[in-house]
Amino acid sequence: MSSGTLYDKVWDLHRVAELSGGSTQLLIGLHLIHEVTSPQAFVALEDKGLKVRCPERTVATVDHIVPTTNQARPFADPLAEEMLSTLERNCSKHQIVLNGIGSGRQGIVHVIAPELGLTQPGMTVACGDSHTSTHGAFGAIAFGIGTSQVRDVLASQSLAMNKLKVRRLWVDNQLSPGVFAKDLILHVIRSLGVKAGVGHAYEFAGPAIDALSMEERMTLCNMAIEGGARCGYVNPDQTTFDYLEGRPYAPSGEAWHRAMRWWRSLASNADAVFDDELRFDAATIAPTVTWGITPGQGIGVDEQVPTPEQLDPADRPIAEEAYRYMDLTPGQAIAGVPVDVCFIGSCTNGRLSDLKAAAAVARGRQVAAGIKAFVVPGSEQVARAAEAEGLDQVFRDAGFEWREPGCSMCLAMNPDRLEGRQISASSSNRNFKGRQGSASGRTLLMSPAMVAAAAVTGHVSDVRLLGV
Amino acid sequence: MTQTYDFPHGLITKIEGRALVLRGDDIDTDRIIPARFLKCVSFEALGAQVFADDRKELEGGHPFDLPAHQGATILVVNDNFGCGSSREHAPQALMRWGIRALIGVSFAEIFYGNCLALGIPCAKASQDQVRALQDAMAQDPSATWTFDLETSSCSSDLGHWSMEVDPGPRDMLLSGRWDATGQLLSRDAELQSTLDRLPYLNGFCTNTADT
Repeated sequence: MSSGTLYDKVWDLHRVAELSGGSTQLLIGLHLIHEVTSPQAFVALEDKGLKVRCPERTVATVDHIVPTTNQARPFADPLAEEMLSTLERNCSKHQIVLNGIGSGRQGIVHVIAPELGLTQPGMTVACGDSHTSTHGAFGAIAFGIGTSQVRDVLASQSLAMNKLKVRRLWVDNQLSPGVFAKDLILHVIRSLGVKAGVGHAYEFAGPAIDALSMEERMTLCNMAIEGGARCGYVNPDQTTFDYLEGRPYAPSGEAWHRAMRWWRSLASNADAVFDDELRFDAATIAPTVTWGITPGQGIGVDEQVPTPEQLDPADRPIAEEAYRYMDLTPGQAIAGVPVDVCFIGSCTNGRLSDLKAAAAVARGRQVAAGIKAFVVPGSEQVARAAEAEGLDQVFRDAGFEWREPGCSMCLAMNPDRLEGRQISASSSNRNFKGRQGSASGRTLLMSPAMVAAAAVTGHVSDVRLLGV
Repeated sequence: MTQTYDFPHGLITKIEGRALVLRGDDIDTDRIIPARFLKCVSFEALGAQVFADDRKELEGGHPFDLPAHQGATILVVNDNFGCGSSREHAPQALMRWGIRALIGVSFAEIFYGNCLALGIPCAKASQDQVRALQDAMAQDPSATWTFDLETSSCSSDLGHWSMEVDPGPRDMLLSGRWDATGQLLSRDAELQSTLDRLPYLNGFCTNTADT
């Protein structure tokens, strides 16, 4: 059993009571809500005659269903409009802050909470969205929940939870140029599989993690869930504090200094005990691309689609399904696979540094003929910051479309979607069958720089060879 | 076809009915309910949409479409079922189609918790046991099975299988306390004292912040 880890400390601080049945009532310090998983929770709350327990610890935005071309109200899609107006009504009725379109603060929930300084070390963060693990980048314990649990948090600001095991993933050395946090997490998931993390929190630590920026740490923790771990985290350090200082919801003045002292005390102790530990070497990781239908089916861009013989027998049935669905041949090089659509954005890779990395590749180049390429900033703040740097123009000049913020084609709940058998190079997080809006559409996950490289060459390409 | 009988309520002890075998590891919640069906403010219509794309692809050959499986209540899956998105729409869709219990090698954590919140037990067994159970069930889809939470077993004329049900969730289901809201609300005094001592909710001025 773990002890002395950040996870243990935060768990103990938020423990309210032990419940019959063996679970723990855990206080939720920050509850993030959005239009997809909250409407039924508000109905259930009202059916029980309950109020929102802590509206001041509940923050809303709209992201999944928003169009990225024309965000004028009412939306062209009446269902999308109904979802947003329902959220607006619920927030207004229960006095919850809604960071709506045009507020300057709207965006993907996992992008805006950090950039507003809402997400802080030592918090418990819950949201009806599996990528809530993102917030672990700050040394928070953050996890996705279902709608019944959204109801529970609204009603009681707490959840019935079971404590997880803690696995430390220690990453030595440094990522090479052209290799990003996205490649690191795709490599981890490829190595451990998509279910290795079930029942675990992942602590990411070691020299390679220490060197990551906050945005890179968010990318890393974002995809912990794709490895089965409901939450992943990085211990808070000076990088964390430098990111937070001066943000709207961050403490200031004397409280800032008290906060930093407390945050430092939460990091895992030098003698912390982990349930287990695994080691990786960042220096050996190449730009990584998925070839299949789970995020664990990834390979280095310089590798070939594995043959069944190269795989563990247990992994062969889903590999066979993936060869058929993706129309890829075992042994085929992944580099050179033609793509139709290139998508840069999502809660995984829709932040300013992601757009910068992609723009560095796009600058002075042109999107290859026949390819639809578009960039969806993760938030209004990201969009404005990118525009201030002229990145929107770099993308437009190169033939990319520059869109308004939202989740977009990561899960295609808005008009952005694949058509038919189209294949996308995507900076998002899931390559499941049908994920990007077409039942037969195909997804290759990769870093934003690699997506830009695919866009300008027309096929999967090693971004390191483009001399950026 | 959407079933119209009652959703789980009260004490969950036994689920009787026909079984539906759905083979394959890592079946994610996007497949259980594609994202376009999440564009709704109510779960009501989801039963008919369960596995919509997989079913369309198989043109009537999907286990959820086979006539012998209509009305089935026990779903038997393989490893890491329900991975991916946290959408409760997935277990809601299964429940509204008629599923009342699941058996599998393992379940993704959020999916598992969502099922529990709806009063749907997820029992586990080894891959070999699950495959043997699936083979037995496939022999005669018309057989009636009893999923018994008290004895943690699943049985019919075709055989008897032991399963593992995590003790906490099992107790919650057997005692009818699987709807957590009431329990959580009953500890509000302790909740308030936790709120009062958390540094970040109190200007970082509490004792904890200074230690």
